[in-house]
Amino acid sequence: METLAMPAINFAAIMPETILSAVAMALLLVNVFVRSEQKAYLGYLSLIGILVTFFPIVAGWNAPVELQSGFNGAVLQDNFSLFFKGIFLVSAALSILISDQYMQREGCNHGELYPLILLATAGMMLMASGTDLMVIFLGLELLSVALYVLAGFNRDKLKSNEAGLKYFLLGAFSTGFLLYGMALTFGATGTTKIAGIAAYVAANPMITGNQMFLVGMLLMGVGFSFKIAAAPFHMWTPDVYEGAPTPMTAFMSVGPKAAGFAAFLRVFMIALPAYKPEWSALLWVLAVLTMTVGNITALFQQDIKRMLAYSSIAHAGYVLVGFVAGNAVGTAGIMFYMLSYAFMNIGAFAIILLVGRKGEPNNNVADYAGFGFKHPLLGLAMSIFLFSLAGIPPAAGFIGKFYIFSGAIQAGYIWLAIIGVLNSAASVYYYLRVMVFMYMKDPVEEFDWLKVTPAHALCLLVAVAGVLIPGIVPGYLLELAQKAVFF
Amino acid sequence: MVNGYPLLTILVFLPLAGALFLIPVWKRPEWLRRLALGAGVVELALAGWLTVRWQAFQQAPGAPAGFLLWEDLPWIEGFGIRYTVGMDGISLLMVILTAFITVIALAVSWRGIRERVALHYLLILVMESGIMGVFLSLDLILFYLFWEVMLVPMFLLIGIWGHGRRIYSAVKFFLYTMFGSLLMLLAIIGVYLVHGSETGSYTFALPALVNTRIAPDLAGWLFAAFLLAFAIKVPLFPLHTWLPDAHTDAPTAGSVLLAGLLLKTGAYGIIRFGYPLFPQAAASFAPLLTVLAVVGIIYGSWVAYAQTDMKRLVAYSSVGHMGFVALGIAAWTPVSLSGSVLQMVNHGVTTGALFALVGMLDERAETREIAAFGGLWGKIPLFSAFFLLFSMASAGLPGLNNFAGEFIILAGSFRVSPLAVVLAFIGIILPLVYTVRLVQQLLFVTERQPLALADISLREGGVLAVLALAAIYLGVHPAPVLDLLKVPVGLLTGTP
Repeated sequence: METLAMPAINFAAIMPETILSAVAMALLLVNVFVRSEQKAYLGYLSLIGILVTFFPIVAGWNAPVELQSGFNGAVLQDNFSLFFKGIFLVSAALSILISDQYMQREGCNHGELYPLILLATAGMMLMASGTDLMVIFLGLELLSVALYVLAGFNRDKLKSNEAGLKYFLLGAFSTGFLLYGMALTFGATGTTKIAGIAAYVAANPMITGNQMFLVGMLLMGVGFSFKIAAAPFHMWTPDVYEGAPTPMTAFMSVGPKAAGFAAFLRVFMIALPAYKPEWSALLWVLAVLTMTVGNITALFQQDIKRMLAYSSIAHAGYVLVGFVAGNAVGTAGIMFYMLSYAFMNIGAFAIILLVGRKGEPNNNVADYAGFGFKHPLLGLAMSIFLFSLAGIPPAAGFIGKFYIFSGAIQAGYIWLAIIGVLNSAASVYYYLRVMVFMYMKDPVEEFDWLKVTPAHALCLLVAVAGVLIPGIVPGYLLELAQKAVFF
Repeated sequence: MVNGYPLLTILVFLPLAGALFLIPVWKRPEWLRRLALGAGVVELALAGWLTVRWQAFQQAPGAPAGFLLWEDLPWIEGFGIRYTVGMDGISLLMVILTAFITVIALAVSWRGIRERVALHYLLILVMESGIMGVFLSLDLILFYLFWEVMLVPMFLLIGIWGHGRRIYSAVKFFLYTMFGSLLMLLAIIGVYLVHGSETGSYTFALPALVNTRIAPDLAGWLFAAFLLAFAIKVPLFPLHTWLPDAHTDAPTAGSVLLAGLLLKTGAYGIIRFGYPLFPQAAASFAPLLTVLAVVGIIYGSWVAYAQTDMKRLVAYSSVGHMGFVALGIAAWTPVSLSGSVLQMVNHGVTTGALFALVGMLDERAETREIAAFGGLWGKIPLFSAFFLLFSMASAGLPGLNNFAGEFIILAGSFRVSPLAVVLAFIGIILPLVYTVRLVQQLLFVTERQPLALADISLREGGVLAVLALAAIYLGVHPAPVLDLLKVPVGLLTGTP
């Protein structure tokens, strides 16, 4: 009797996703028995889950390829995806640390928050390790659906509802692009495996004349560009970031973006290496547009959350510079940058969250008048985050930018690097504006409502360390990022 | 290292450590002032000790020629970035100037700063660390790091304790410098990659990069990026527009530090990095640099004449004086270059003193309008005497420091660019015009409005007396300084 051939599943390749999903499911059950004011315990449990998830990530580093690959080659947990998984976990953990206080304050401390964050993180991980378009799509959906809910989590607030709905509509729209692109690519090449597409392209050089294939790749590019909020597909970002609960904005601005980049990088670098000049010419334009639109619009924002939303668009532009470079330095730079961005951006949002109080988000830049002297330590932390965002040494943001621009220059994209650097100089203005208000204007408020919980302090401490340590001694992380490049 | 002590590292980080010691006593202004001044004095003593011992040091092993002190540690190995600090005669002079001017800056803010005292002193000390780092770094990324680090404290000093349009000036200062330095960063990466692809060793170490062969076109662009960053700091005409605003609106200590030290970092950068890295490109840019220097000399003095605000007047006079420094650098002869470095020290002393004097007057009368004063000679004679001395020094009176520097620059540049030197002579006369007018209006015409002014206190007198001694000593006997410069300048200009 013929035995049924078991597909090569290898659960080790999706161990982090499995743990996170299992913890999420368990927490959904536990949630029923936890009283409303004690939902913080769910947060602690999810943090434990995240800590546990670090083990398979560390253990999987440099594992032999047969242990990395699973599900018949549909997922590949290589160093590249492991590095990104680390970024996702960091951003999830930092966001969870600042969630409870905010949710209690705004009266929406529903326990579903934490499972949703964990599920979104699992979705990102699938995107980073997917080597099959279907898995990438699956991950994207898992991530997106959870995020739609999280964006509208403060359901009594109109702005939060608006954010959720807007994110849902535009997200669905962009997913449509992506899926259609995948379908067309499948139609043209007969496979959804990225490696299979690459092999098909290598075997059929005439494929570039195939319009179905071209449109397919283009639509996929558009879909990913929506996810990473590259201009001109960025319109949803400011409204969603502004309206979503602040901890979720922090989470959304880092994790999903990094996941989008991971999948984007893998699909284009592996499937179409021979046509890099063509697609990087498109990305060149996209990068310049994204940096410039993000920075110039950010210059005029009065609302600090919107300002950081536009700044996050600009940062996506810098990361695209590394993508255009397409070499090992640029790609490692992207990873290093996204990790530093996780620390500095979530750190900044953690401060923004503290400055607000119930019913008074205090999101205007002018609300920060005198903040630096009323709360010297918090002011110092905010300054560190802002300087890191602006790319001033010795902060991690500087090393990241340095890394990415080095990659671009090495690949010969001098003008792109110059445009990037000029953009970076312009961006200094709006980060300085916050500093100006924090230190150079007389305080209007006493900021006496401000309470730093231990969890919040831990988040800020980790974020400051995550900005300063890799900024001053980046050697170890740089090495990890270099080893994580998949080509 | 000397006897195993990392002296240069101590020199760089001692002020920073001092700044940290201020934090526990942040609520006691009396302690803060003394502690900060103490840290500054210790740093000055260390720098002074190095100067005295200088001749006894041997060439450090492994260091490029001329560098008697040298410390080199791996830092970011993946990129070939190292922690490399080294000291030659030029660095030594700049270090002693930095330590000296910082003590002056700490002392002049004794009474003027009453709010947020802790942060004020902390920032000055942090900035001292940054400036020391700039003058000692021999790794391009390390240099860039310190270059940016010294920016932030000055931004805050102007913005928090400044006057007038302080925020506008602070932001303008920051953005100007940032713009230039980011392009320099790209050029740094460019040199690094060219050197790496040529030799296979990727490094940011200045001694290695100096020998890079770069295609002339590319070298021109890279040098232009370096020059832009440094020219903004110097500042060269027409990139000077941030300077009058920043100087005028800064608190006294900020003005003293800006004029005394921050402007020097630009000129130092051209000497240490710009010319040695791209000698050919620098030579082809020399005519442009000369023209801008001469225009700066004449324009700065001319505009200074039109000022009614004393601080603005001194600020514009800086543009002129730094034009002389740039002229000497552009000529790049041993004599002109020595003159430029000497003039950097001179300008730091004289202009620092003038800003301190104007600050004292501002503290008392709460105005800096020249037209508000008059007849000070009779009322506050000590102050007036010092004011006269430093004004004359600034105007280039023989026997005082600026004359020595300017004369050496002109003598050294004459053979290279005679026409420029002839024009720059006008720039020696013009300061005399506005300075004599300033002195006359301030000290000698009859009093315009009754102002109750106290003469300088013991502390202020002490500060000014030290500065005056320096000005006279450098004017009468600049030989020791020139001796220090002989070796490094010879090595730089290729005429040992």
